[in-house]
Amino acid sequence: MCGICGCGDSGGQSGKFVPIKNMSFSPVMSSFQYHHREDSVEKSRLIQMEVDLLSKNNVYATKNRHYFQEHGVFVLNLVSSPGAGKTTLLVETIKILKNFFPIAVIEGDQQTQHDADRIRATGGRALQINTGRACHLDAQGIGSAMMQLGIENNSFLAIENVGNLVCPSAFDLGEAHKVVVLSVTEGDDKPLKYADMFYAADVMIINKIDLLPYVDFDVARCIAFALQVNPSIHIISLSATKGDNFGEWTHWLRSSMEKVIKSHAL
Amino acid sequence: MHELSLLENVRSILEAHALSENFQIVENITLEIGALSCVELDALTFAFESVMKDSLAEHAELTFKIIEGQGRCVQCSQLTPMSELYDVCVHCGHFRVEILSGLEMKITELKVR
Repeated sequence: MCGICGCGDSGGQSGKFVPIKNMSFSPVMSSFQYHHREDSVEKSRLIQMEVDLLSKNNVYATKNRHYFQEHGVFVLNLVSSPGAGKTTLLVETIKILKNFFPIAVIEGDQQTQHDADRIRATGGRALQINTGRACHLDAQGIGSAMMQLGIENNSFLAIENVGNLVCPSAFDLGEAHKVVVLSVTEGDDKPLKYADMFYAADVMIINKIDLLPYVDFDVARCIAFALQVNPSIHIISLSATKGDNFGEWTHWLRSSMEKVIKSHAL
Repeated sequence: MHELSLLENVRSILEAHALSENFQIVENITLEIGALSCVELDALTFAFESVMKDSLAEHAELTFKIIEGQGRCVQCSQLTPMSELYDVCVHCGHFRVEILSGLEMKITELKVR
């Protein structure tokens, strides 16, 4: 029986009872007591709104971006399918650039510390986030990770996202650029197959070009597809393991870094 | 399956509005989804029930309002329909098309009591 109005509704089913607010007139009632829902008297009404499904993430992303701007931190969000070579790219980048500016890495993987260990082995600072079931990093997680890691002023922060060409495309982390890494052991039509990601990215790296003689990957076709999805995407072809054309990437990174430091100093 | 995260955000939006707009039950949620957005409607529908379990929207229904993709060609300045992000201009075949609509992912209406 309902303890408020004495009706026979036991309210045993979930969703049948609603919290009662402001029941101070009755000494035996607390605000946690429940009363059956009066379907007959409660009328449905419509509420118009315009709220983005990513609004919560975007609020955190904006907060992160402000922090990065205030502290002169240049942030890249690296995305790719698993095995495209994001970690190797970062390891080789740190080896070359670690004496020019401080570098830190946030590693996102569903499980293990392996990637953070590889970064630390180069002398770089790294924090591993294990996302568990989740298929992408979000801005809130990055906010707490960067506080934990302690990001230096005028530094480079690389965020290596979970290997996944779908989900991370939607989640802004506050980065300056999304960098999509595509290796030549994958299909050259990936920019069309996973258009959301190539649309969201500003930079595309075609990795493992040293393997081109052994695989059926048409670089020109891949570039044409990427430009079709995103006409303003900046493309760099390289091999992270063999060092082929790696200078173009480190040069781009250093000049981007200099711009950030310069505007931070203003 | 980023649809799960999107729905968790929907749930917290509903909970926040339940306090400010004073309602206890959500009967229907209208989502405006652009045809070019990264949302898969089947995945959204599939995950909806489990994300909304034990919430004020446990028995709510989802209504989708699909926004067609449309762009403006940078080359010929004409409006062109888009069903994929990589669609070229239907008038001149140029691929530099600025997307005007079709990327939306919004809650636009709630039916509550």
